[in-house]
Amino acid sequence: MAGESVYDVAVIGAGVIGAAIARQLSCYRLNVVLLEKEADACFGISKANSGIIHGGFHHGPDALKARLEILGNTLFDRLQRQLHFPFRRCGILVAALSVEEMKAVEKLYENGVRNKVIGIELAGRERMLALEPQLNPDVVGGLHAPSGGVIEPYRFVFALIENAQDNGVELATGFELTGVEHENGAFLLVSAQGRRVRARYAVNAAGLYADSVSALFGAEQFTIVPRKGEEFLLDRNAKGLPGKVVFPVPTRLSKGILVIPTVEGTCMVGPTAVEIQDKEDLATSQSNLELVFAAARRLVPALSERDIITSFAGLRPTLAGGDFLIESSRRVPRLVQVAGIQSPGLTAAPAVSEYVKDLLKKAGLTLVEKPDWDPYLPEVPRIRELTPFQVDELTRRDPAYGEVVCRCEGVSEAEIVAAVRRGHRTLDGIKFYTRAQMGRCQGGFCTYRILRILARETGQPVEAITKRGPGSELLGGEL
Amino acid sequence: MTGKRYDALVFGGGSAGMAAAARIAAGGFSVAVLERERELGGVLNQCIHSGFGLKVFREDLTGPEYAERYCQRLASASGVDVYLETTAQEVGAAGAETPLTVYGYSRLHGILELSARAGVLAMGCRERNRGNIGIPGTRPAGVYTAGFAQRLLNIDGYLPGRRAVIVGSGDIGLIMARRLTWSGAEVLGVVEIQSYPSGLTRNVVQCLNDFGIPLHLSHVVSRILGRNRVEGVEVSPLEDGVPKQEKAFRLDCDTVLLSVGLLPDTELAKKLGVALNPETGGPLVDAGLQTSVAGVFACGNLLHVHDLVDYVTEEAERCAERVCEYLAGEYELAQHRVVPGANVRYVVPNRYFPGRENRFYLRALVVKNQARLELRIGGETVKQRRLAHVQPSEMVSFTLKPAELAGLASKADNALEVSIA
Repeated sequence: MAGESVYDVAVIGAGVIGAAIARQLSCYRLNVVLLEKEADACFGISKANSGIIHGGFHHGPDALKARLEILGNTLFDRLQRQLHFPFRRCGILVAALSVEEMKAVEKLYENGVRNKVIGIELAGRERMLALEPQLNPDVVGGLHAPSGGVIEPYRFVFALIENAQDNGVELATGFELTGVEHENGAFLLVSAQGRRVRARYAVNAAGLYADSVSALFGAEQFTIVPRKGEEFLLDRNAKGLPGKVVFPVPTRLSKGILVIPTVEGTCMVGPTAVEIQDKEDLATSQSNLELVFAAARRLVPALSERDIITSFAGLRPTLAGGDFLIESSRRVPRLVQVAGIQSPGLTAAPAVSEYVKDLLKKAGLTLVEKPDWDPYLPEVPRIRELTPFQVDELTRRDPAYGEVVCRCEGVSEAEIVAAVRRGHRTLDGIKFYTRAQMGRCQGGFCTYRILRILARETGQPVEAITKRGPGSELLGGEL
Repeated sequence: MTGKRYDALVFGGGSAGMAAAARIAAGGFSVAVLERERELGGVLNQCIHSGFGLKVFREDLTGPEYAERYCQRLASASGVDVYLETTAQEVGAAGAETPLTVYGYSRLHGILELSARAGVLAMGCRERNRGNIGIPGTRPAGVYTAGFAQRLLNIDGYLPGRRAVIVGSGDIGLIMARRLTWSGAEVLGVVEIQSYPSGLTRNVVQCLNDFGIPLHLSHVVSRILGRNRVEGVEVSPLEDGVPKQEKAFRLDCDTVLLSVGLLPDTELAKKLGVALNPETGGPLVDAGLQTSVAGVFACGNLLHVHDLVDYVTEEAERCAERVCEYLAGEYELAQHRVVPGANVRYVVPNRYFPGRENRFYLRALVVKNQARLELRIGGETVKQRRLAHVQPSEMVSFTLKPAELAGLASKADNALEVSIA
C-alpha cells in the first residue's frame, strides 16, 4: 500500500462477498484495496460455508436475497469457466416424510415457481427415490431443483481474489479496521497496528463485524447476531453417500440439517442453528453430534458417525428481519453497507457484487471499463485430477509435481509451493487452497512436510509458522 | 515415463516391507520396494527409545538400530531395487500376464510404471485423530497425534509445546509422555477412557510411574479450550459410560497429544479392490496372507496393528515365503476357515493350512487372569493353552502344527474356532 495515495474504493472484508465485489470492480479503471483482518482471505464466515449453490425456492420473490440468489445461481457456469473452481450442478432435493411436510414442500415449490426457477419440479415418492436412491424409503414426496449444486467455497473465494489481484486489486491481510477519519472527500482507514489507507469510497462487507465497522464510520446502527452452525465431514469412502443435496423441510431459524455430497467427493452433514453472543465462539459440542446425525439419518438412513473425519462450526451473520441489507448509507456518503449476508450469501455473491457496483455508481463513482481486463485465471494443475501420464508431463517441467505431500487428498509439493507463492502462509491457508490436511488423516502425515516447504519458501523459521495467524504458532520451540 | 517389471512389488519400506523384500530376494526373485520417505525404516526411525528386537535378535535395540539391520540386509541382497521418496499413487489396469501395475510418483524418478506378478502390501498404519473420536470444543493450534509429535521431536528437533495433556494411553502416547518430560516440557497427565491402560504395562511403569505423571483412567477430555492456541482441556470422569460434566476439572496446557489408536493405512489396498476385515481394518487374508486379489499379499501393521515390531518382522518373513511359493507356482490352496469364537475380537489369518504349521495372532475382547485359549474344529478341541493374563491391548500369538490336526481330515466342517475361556 502506497502510504499517501488515495484508493478509489476500499472493500472491508475478504470473505466471499468482499471477494466478489473486489473482482467486480477490478474490470474498471479504479484503484481498489481489499482489507482483511485475518491472516488470509476466507478465514471468517466463508471458510465454514456449506458450499451449496442454492436452488431459489426457500424465499418468496419479495425478499432481496431471493432475487439475488436466483440471479447469482445463473452466473456460476460462466464464473467456473473463467476461474476454474470446483463446482457441480448436482441438483437439490427437499424430502417430505409426512403429508404435513409435503404441504410445506408445496409452499417451497410455489416460491420457486414465482421466482421463475428453471426446471423445478414437485416429485412423488417414486420419482424422489429414483432421483436419489439413498433417500429414506419412507419419503412421501418432495421437491427437485436441478439447478442447485455444490461448490468448494474457499477455492471460489481465492479464485475471485486472485483474478481481482491479477487485474490490479490489492489485498491487505492482517488489517483490522479500528478507526475511520473523514477528511476532504476521503476516508482515512486505520488498522489496529497503525497502518493507514485512504479511500474515496468504502464498502462494508465485514460479515460478523459489519455492525462495528458501520459504527466506526458513524453510519447506521444495527446489530449482527451470530447464529452458530456445526457441521460434520464424512470420509469419501463412507457408505450410502447421496449424489444430490438433500434438505429437510425448513424451520423458522434455518434451512434445517441437510446432507451435502461435497464437490470433492466427501460428504457434509449439518448445520445446526443456534443464536449465540460471542462472534469468536467456534466450539463444537457432543450433544450436537447426536442431534445432527439423528436429523441427517431421517433423510439418508445409511449415514454413520463412524465415518466422521472432522467437525467444525461456523457463524452466520444475521440481522433482524432476516433479509440482506445492501444499500448506500443514508448517513455517510460514499459508504455502501453490505450486511446480514447469511444463506444464500455465497449463491448470491456474484449478483450482490453487481448490485453493489450499481450502488457505487449511483453514489458518484465513475466506472470506466478497462480494455485489458482479463476475466480468466490461469488454471493450476492439481495432480489428483490428472492421469499418471499427465503428471509425468508436469514432472518434466517441475519434479515437485512428483512429490506427493498429502496422500489422503493427493496433493503434490508443486501445488503447495504455488499456494505459498499466491500468498497463503499459514497451515490453514494452505489447507483451504490445496486440500492438503483435509483428508482422513487430518494432517497427521503431511503437516511436517508442509512446515518444511513453508519455511523454505517464505524464509521464516519453522517456529514462526502459524495455523491461522499470530497467536496460533504451531510449535513450542526448538529442541 | 519409466516402465519396469519385477517378480514382486513391496509397498512400504518400514519393518514389514524391508523384511518381506529381503526374504523375497533371498528366494531368487526380483523385487522393488516403494517408500514415500527419504529413507527406509518407517516409523522405527522416530522410535529412538529401546525395547526393539528382544524376540528377533535377543537384544535390546532402539528403533533406528533395528531398522538399520534390515537396511543392511536389503543393501547386500541382489535383485532388490529401492525407490525412495516414491508414492504408489495410482493403480493401473490388471492384465492376465502381469496382474499388478502401479504408478509411483516421485520427485527423484518422475512417474514410474511398475508391474509385477505379485505384490506385498506393507504400508503400516495411521493414527486415529481428533475427528475420529470427536472431542468437542474449539479448534486451536496445538492438538496433534502423538506419532506426529514424536516425529517433530525426534527427527525434526522441535517441541510441539511446553505443557501437554495426553489423550489415550496407547504406547506412543506413553512413550511421548516420557520423551516430552526429558525434553523439558511438562506433562500434566494422561487421560484414558477405559478402566485399564491401552498400552503395554512396561510402558505405563517406565514412562508414567517413574516420572510421577498421573494416569486418569475412566476419564475423557470433554472439551478443548483456547482460541488460537490450546489454553487448556476440561477432563470429566466417566460414570456408567457417561462423562460427568459436573465433576469435570481443568488442566491448563498448551498442547494436546492424541494416542487413541491406530488404523491400517488401506488407501492403496482399496484402490486395488482388496476386501477388508471390519474388525482389524486391514485386508482379509488366507492362510498364506494372500488378500482377496490374487497375487496381492499383506503383512505388518497394514494387516492388523501389532504391539511389537518383532512380530511384524516374523509375520512379514512368513508372508514373503508364501509369495515365493506363489511366484514359483507352488502356492498351497488346500485351506480351511478360521473363525473368532468367544471373547476373541479377531484372529489373523482368516484361513489355515491343514497340512503345515500355522501361526496366528489374536486380540481378546476381555481383560482376564488365568484364561484359557481353546482351538476347536467341528466342536472337538484340538489344542488348549493357559494364558496367565489377557487384555485387548496385548496381542496373543500361537501356532498350530500338522500333528495337532491329525485325524481331523474327515470332519465335515473344518472351520477352526478360536476362543478364550
